[in-house]
Amino acid sequence: MPRIPLTWLAEHVTLPEGSSALQVATDLARVGLEEESIHGAQVTGPLVVGRVLELVKEPQKNGKTINWVRVDVGPEHNEDADNPKDPQPGTERPSRGIICGAHNFVAGDLVVVSLPGTVLPGDFAIAARKTYGHTSDGMICSGDELDLGPDPTGEDGIIVLGRGHAEGLSAEPGDDAIALLGLADEVVEINVTPDRGYCFSMRGVAREYSHATGAAYTDPVTTVQTPSASGAGIGVQLRDDAPIRGGAGCTRFVALEVHGVDPTAQTPRWMARRLTQAGMRPISLIVDVTNYVMLDLGQPLHAYDAQKVVAPIVVRRARSGEKLTTLDDVTRTLDVEDLLITDSDGGDGARVLGVAGVMGGESTEVSETTTSIVLEAATFQPITVARSARRHRLPSEASKRFERGVDPHLPLVAARRAAELIARFGGGEIDSRVTDEGEVTEPAPVTFPLGDAERVVGIAYTPEQVRGSLEMIGCTVRTGSDDTLEVTPPSWRPDLTIREDLVEEIARLVGYDTIPSVLPTAPGGRGLTVAQRARRSANRALAEAGLTEVASSPFVGEGIFDRLRYSADDARRGAVRLLNPLADDEPLMRTELLQSLLPVARRNLGRGEESVAIFQLGATSLSRGADVRSPIPSAAGRPTDAELEEVLAALPIQTRVLAAVVGGPSGPDSWQGEPAPWGWADVFDLARRVAAAVGSTLEVRRTERAPFHPGRAGELRSTSADGTSAIIGYAGELHPAVVKDFALPARTSALELDLEALIASAPSVVPAVPVSTYPLAKEDFAFVVEESVPASAVEAAIVVGIGDLAEDVHLFDVFTGEQIGEGKKSLAFSVRLRSTEATLTSEQIGAARARCIAAVETAVGGVLRA
Amino acid sequence: MAGGDSAPAPTPSCPWTKAIPVSESSSTPDMPVIDDATITVAIDAALAAIAAAPDTAALKQVRIEHVGDHSVLTAANRAIKDLPKDQKAAAGKLIGQGKGRVQKELAARQNELAAAEEEAALAAETVDVTLPTDLRSRGATHPLTTLQDRINDFFVGIGWEIAEGPEIESAWLNFDALNADAEHPSRSLQDTLYVAPENSGMLLRTQTSPVQIRAMIERGAPLYIACPGTVYRADEIDATHSPMFHQVEGLAIDKDLTMANLVGTLDAFAAHLFGGQPITRLRPNHFPFTEPSAEMDFRCFNCDARLGVEHDADPNCRVCGGTGWIEMGGCGMVHPSVLRAAGVDPEEYQGFAFGLGIERLLMLRNGVSDMRDMVEGDVRFSQHYGTEI
Repeated sequence: MPRIPLTWLAEHVTLPEGSSALQVATDLARVGLEEESIHGAQVTGPLVVGRVLELVKEPQKNGKTINWVRVDVGPEHNEDADNPKDPQPGTERPSRGIICGAHNFVAGDLVVVSLPGTVLPGDFAIAARKTYGHTSDGMICSGDELDLGPDPTGEDGIIVLGRGHAEGLSAEPGDDAIALLGLADEVVEINVTPDRGYCFSMRGVAREYSHATGAAYTDPVTTVQTPSASGAGIGVQLRDDAPIRGGAGCTRFVALEVHGVDPTAQTPRWMARRLTQAGMRPISLIVDVTNYVMLDLGQPLHAYDAQKVVAPIVVRRARSGEKLTTLDDVTRTLDVEDLLITDSDGGDGARVLGVAGVMGGESTEVSETTTSIVLEAATFQPITVARSARRHRLPSEASKRFERGVDPHLPLVAARRAAELIARFGGGEIDSRVTDEGEVTEPAPVTFPLGDAERVVGIAYTPEQVRGSLEMIGCTVRTGSDDTLEVTPPSWRPDLTIREDLVEEIARLVGYDTIPSVLPTAPGGRGLTVAQRARRSANRALAEAGLTEVASSPFVGEGIFDRLRYSADDARRGAVRLLNPLADDEPLMRTELLQSLLPVARRNLGRGEESVAIFQLGATSLSRGADVRSPIPSAAGRPTDAELEEVLAALPIQTRVLAAVVGGPSGPDSWQGEPAPWGWADVFDLARRVAAAVGSTLEVRRTERAPFHPGRAGELRSTSADGTSAIIGYAGELHPAVVKDFALPARTSALELDLEALIASAPSVVPAVPVSTYPLAKEDFAFVVEESVPASAVEAAIVVGIGDLAEDVHLFDVFTGEQIGEGKKSLAFSVRLRSTEATLTSEQIGAARARCIAAVETAVGGVLRA
Repeated sequence: MAGGDSAPAPTPSCPWTKAIPVSESSSTPDMPVIDDATITVAIDAALAAIAAAPDTAALKQVRIEHVGDHSVLTAANRAIKDLPKDQKAAAGKLIGQGKGRVQKELAARQNELAAAEEEAALAAETVDVTLPTDLRSRGATHPLTTLQDRINDFFVGIGWEIAEGPEIESAWLNFDALNADAEHPSRSLQDTLYVAPENSGMLLRTQTSPVQIRAMIERGAPLYIACPGTVYRADEIDATHSPMFHQVEGLAIDKDLTMANLVGTLDAFAAHLFGGQPITRLRPNHFPFTEPSAEMDFRCFNCDARLGVEHDADPNCRVCGGTGWIEMGGCGMVHPSVLRAAGVDPEEYQGFAFGLGIERLLMLRNGVSDMRDMVEGDVRFSQHYGTEI
């Protein structure tokens, strides 16, 4: 994201004296340019200018020669007298003694001294130290040590004022060298949203700073003179035979030549410094100028070696299989969507020079021998550049700007400005001919009702505020009919196309902080839905039953299906597959919650839990097929019902389920006795509690199903309002192999049910049952039945047999043993009988008993135990 | 009454005088003596025995001995009927009064001893009430669930409804209908998890905004809904990122809703979650689905900054990092293109939307420092909260 050196910003907009980066960042944030970071001063402390008074060369045993120098660092920093035990060289006078290893200076030179207390880049703190037999009371600095980079003139050694890094600088001993060398410059790095491409330039940010603070702003574009061309320059042809979304890849191409440039010319110090501060590396004068102008105005530029370019230049889409070796030395195969800059070396548009707006190629690159250049400043289509940059993974400074849109009026101005800078610092002559192919599409005017900003924002903006804000951002505003304005956005704001865009500009310029706070009055909702309330109840019921709600990731690997013993044709293998999973070994979405809950159980045990009692409410999905696609209709309006139906029909079957896993001791060891281990009965109980919590009931039937123990699993059924019974889930003890695989406590049990279906099965109104005040009669029965007869069948028979008199039927004992007989069991029930009409007579009770016994015998062959 | 039955019949001729000496001749074991001295002695003996009884069992014995069937007093009482008429009244009074005193003392002593014995018995039953009682510990809900419920309650409280939708969603609902251009960077494989095969048109929703579109399509305007739910991004998990997290978005569409209503809703929401005098701040930003768009900040609720914008934040505040503000998410006025795609006429209706992360709220509000704690399913994380946050 763009880095804005304050001194550069101040060139286009008036910054108040002593502005801090923090203050500038705060001001910019107000208009929507968020601070990313602040790069503060690199050097702190007494970095001062010093004059070398004496210089004594002292050869050392190690072969080196060091300079023992006496430096005048100004009255404020000089020591008045030498230390008698460790005097400085030459005549004693106010100064400091320093040891220096560099040799590119002589007595009388002005140098940069970091005195003790200075902190150099890299948190390098300077202190006085004894070295080579003398006290070195500071350090004479090189450009590298101050993070200024290598000397621009190639001189090796320390900085001498008037040369190299300090070209053109003069000062007195004791002067602050931090300010002198620009080391105090603060830089604000900002975050630019995709709609504000123009803020990828000092020009744009300065404009926004002026909007935020009212500071005087000068558009740098207005300071560049573009003399009328004497004719067309190098031939350029724009040929786009495959426009993207109906738009041409290049709408304007300006080419301007500069001849006779000194190839050895250096980039001026200030420019190199600014490039560094803005995050770019200085390379050579020509390249640095193109980058500098890009950073300043926002127009990416490219310089070709004019002697290598063979006219005409052709801008066209790539042909299948075409290749280009880019400046980063990588040979890339181009895509037919790539927009190319080509020249006619080897035929019309035959040689690829670069990918438009992304990166240039080697063939026409400027080099250390280049004396003639062609400057390219073009307007490229954002989508074209964005796709190429993404395709080739080449996000460049140029592509960043083109993707967001570059002011189409810039190319000529920017090319001219760059040519002038090159000519100024590198000599040479600007060609009077200019190539300007293509044209600029002016933004369409927007009809803007004067009251629209108030309608959307809720502030009664004055007509002056509305008009003033729009004009301030560069719009041309004309009064239209019926209290409307005809607003033509500026060329650098392609994002302003509808009224709401203009409303945002007015709102942010007047200030978001002026918007009042008014809580709207909704018409009144219906509260939580039945399902939403019921889900809370289910959740709370399990928590109260001692289980802990956990989260789990929905991503699973294929292996989980085998681990859970699903058969090869189990429908639960029909998982939704991700195109770009985060982990290659987990490309699927869970089809059952236990797939992700069992690993969570394992993780908890691995972290020291001794038992597991967890649950989760989560989503599961089943694919509708590997090749099902959801169409993407136009978003210009509401799709038709048929289109919507198609969009939704492809989506996987998604279910909101509840699952729980319990195993190990159900509580801590206790003085009240050993805690019972969680087991199969608990999961059925938990399922019933959940059902009760949502107002429904469950029926359990034995079943066999993975991942459960074949003899200890049940299907959970609910009966809906229309009387149909449906399976809504399963519960039971986990198969011992699964228990072993996940290293769970023995007999760990689990349940999983379709919570939405369970909730839907609950009656919307619970009908009342009269409370009888007649006396209760208690009758106990013990029936001997075959081992295979489910208790629920016996109970059902009792209920049917006794009929309405049965207030409650409860199994209280199961007994097997020799007295009962092989393969049989005795089930003991206590039954509460009561009539709503009268006290039961002993005859009525006897009849009920008889009906009960007969019913059980008929239904399940049960015999009353004597 | 075996004792009564076996008692000999009193002698009717037995003389009764005041201070009658025991007649030697008529002195038989079966004949009670009824005279002042005898009765007084018997009563005094009874009272002394009552007072001396150490416990209720001893007292019971005292009762049998002194007022039981074989006691002197009972025998004397029985003998009254055989006395001459003129003596009966005096004898009756003497014995009756005496026996009355004894009975009264017995009752009093009984109460006294019983109370002491009950007290002792209860004292012996003393237990250590500080013993642990957790036969089965109470479970816990996940704090994100609890927080989400609380957020939902806020919206229901201001008359909104809670809308939900599927996590595996169509690209049209997640992006296109929300005015995200086909080239929008958020649609890239680096940001969004897609359903295979390529161009399936399906993805793991990156926001709960598709629920807004669904609601607008199904129910039209006016509409006031909050959309909580799980969303996914192609982010590797670390202390502050998770590929799976939770969001709540709000959407209000009506005839004349403005940004002022957006600010009002956010203020009320911030007050509900963090208490105190909420201050929210909007900063211009850009989102495809809103215009104007803003980033919303809440004033820090943790340090001095909460007292108002004129108060400086604590530079070391764990919540705001010294800025005084907490970035909460994006918001703005719903873009007309979004309304059109969802079948709502932007010439007639307008409204606002906002979205924020529930994990982030929990991290800020309750000081959770590592996102992984919330998603890995460690029971200790949930158990710490129980069912409250």
